[in-house]
Amino acid sequence: MTLMPQPTTPDSPALRARGLRKRYGAEQALDGFDLEIRRGQVHGLLGPNGAGKTTAVRCLTTLTDLDDGHAEIDGIDVRRHPARVRERIGLVGQFHAVDEALTAQQNLVLFARLSGLSKANARRRASELLASFELTDAASRAVSGFSGGMRRRLDIAASLVLTPAILFLDEPTTGLDPRGRATVWQAVREIAAAGTTVLLTTQYLDEADQLADRISVMDHGRVVAEGTPAALKRRLGGDRVAVVIADAARLDEAAELVGRTVGSAASVDHDTRTVTVEVDDGQKALAPIVRALDGAGLTVDDLALRRPTLDEVFLHLTGPGGQSASDPTAASTPPLHETQEAR
Amino acid sequence: MTTITPPTAVAGASVVRDRRPNAAREAWLIAGRDMLHWVREPWGIVFGLAFNIMLILMFGFLFGGAIELPGGGDYIAFLLPGMFALTMLFGLESTMTAMAEDAKRGITDRFRSLPISSASVALGRAIADLASSALSLAVLMLGGLLIGWRPTTGPGEVALGIVLLLWLRFSLLWLGIFLGLRFRGAGATTAVQVLVWPIGFLSTVFVSAETMPGWLGAIATWNPVSATAAATRELFGNPTGTTSGWFAENAVLAASVWPLVITAVFLPLAAGAYRRLRR
Repeated sequence: MTLMPQPTTPDSPALRARGLRKRYGAEQALDGFDLEIRRGQVHGLLGPNGAGKTTAVRCLTTLTDLDDGHAEIDGIDVRRHPARVRERIGLVGQFHAVDEALTAQQNLVLFARLSGLSKANARRRASELLASFELTDAASRAVSGFSGGMRRRLDIAASLVLTPAILFLDEPTTGLDPRGRATVWQAVREIAAAGTTVLLTTQYLDEADQLADRISVMDHGRVVAEGTPAALKRRLGGDRVAVVIADAARLDEAAELVGRTVGSAASVDHDTRTVTVEVDDGQKALAPIVRALDGAGLTVDDLALRRPTLDEVFLHLTGPGGQSASDPTAASTPPLHETQEAR
Repeated sequence: MTTITPPTAVAGASVVRDRRPNAAREAWLIAGRDMLHWVREPWGIVFGLAFNIMLILMFGFLFGGAIELPGGGDYIAFLLPGMFALTMLFGLESTMTAMAEDAKRGITDRFRSLPISSASVALGRAIADLASSALSLAVLMLGGLLIGWRPTTGPGEVALGIVLLLWLRFSLLWLGIFLGLRFRGAGATTAVQVLVWPIGFLSTVFVSAETMPGWLGAIATWNPVSATAAATRELFGNPTGTTSGWFAENAVLAASVWPLVITAVFLPLAAGAYRRLRR
């Protein structure tokens, strides 16, 4: 038996899950959940409450038994070798799983020793983690007096006492104030910069957008879309160019002109005197639009280029009825299983 | 073995374990964590003990004068071994509360996500709770000596009496772990806090079964707490309050078998409740 956890297949992904199923009574919490995370990536698992994010994390971290499906961490089968998987994971659950009555230092030393570090090494590791997470000043204070952000940071530190092959963060900023959130984000960025693979669940779109290399959008127990944040936004449709025309009487003429220039129909909002058109590449489209309007003697009051926000992607994918026709862009949106298509 | 590069712990080289998994070591660490709780928050234990001492004083001096023991003997000397056994029963509450709190707060999940044996979590609880009960027992015995209680037998019998008391406590650990894992609501803890009273009183802790109506006396005699109380009285050479009956002659046997039965039933149930967390 070796003390060093060696990945069985070094080129295996950090995490691979296929067809995970888990039922709680009448509720199918996981319904064919697929996920693959390459080493060194921060993967965001995004979904509304009840989508199955926490169940997925609990199953992948051996806390909950799967009904069906195959999952491996670092190349090791989660269902067959849970003990070996536990050697390779760090978990920050939704609760602050640190001991309230103990000090920050006592917590870290306890978890470090339980994870298999000698007393001296556990102490050293605890001090390093306290310094990294800016908790040195609070090291000998009881956790019960900590703020939410401090607790969460300690919680993350406790899951890093050994270097994990993958760190699971289940809604790490839920319930934190903006300051606490910012410090947790900073911690995640540093962990990611150090090369640790991270699976981060969140219901905050900006959080996934800010932190994740790739995002899986989850709804009703399965992944409904996957890709980089930029790709997901692109899938919803192209950029939008909005032009505010000075002369309200010439709005329709302007719309016609803009539409002809980019090759697609422009819409008109008479109240705001705005002509909006969807384009594939906003930056390339801007100049021709401006030239065309200028050439026709139309004065432009304002010009804006914007991309769909992740909020729009999210609502589009997980709204009532999912990819329903209620959203006019849905019909023209290609299937969102980007990676699955590529496979 | 570890190569940690300060100052940025997260960016340093890989930190890997330098100790092999060892359930005994892990159990000891978890027990140490529970004991640290008492050091940092000692009031629970202090008030628990103060309460037991109050019970002794109340029953010993307030009611004791009015209580006549069948077979004769000093009431204080009769009461103390009963209180020792009752203290073991009260320990059930702290086991249950601690298990329920850890499960609720996510500490149990933290333990379960660590590369440690699941037995070490229960074993750590067992070590810590037995240590705390042994400490309570020592304080009560010292207090008993101060108010005139005396064991009149040899050290061997006294030691066996103490072992039987802790044996009862050990069996109740599994009941406490089972209840704490299965019924985690605040209501469940309150229910147990209330229920230990009828269980504790419906015994021979405070009065002899021979002074009760026949059917009630039978229930009280069959109570595991009574068995341990009777055995302890006998082993300490204190008045037993019983003049005849199978239990009077086989108290030590009953006090050995009862906890064995409780353990045989609730240890598997506790292990099952722990496994059920995976569902």
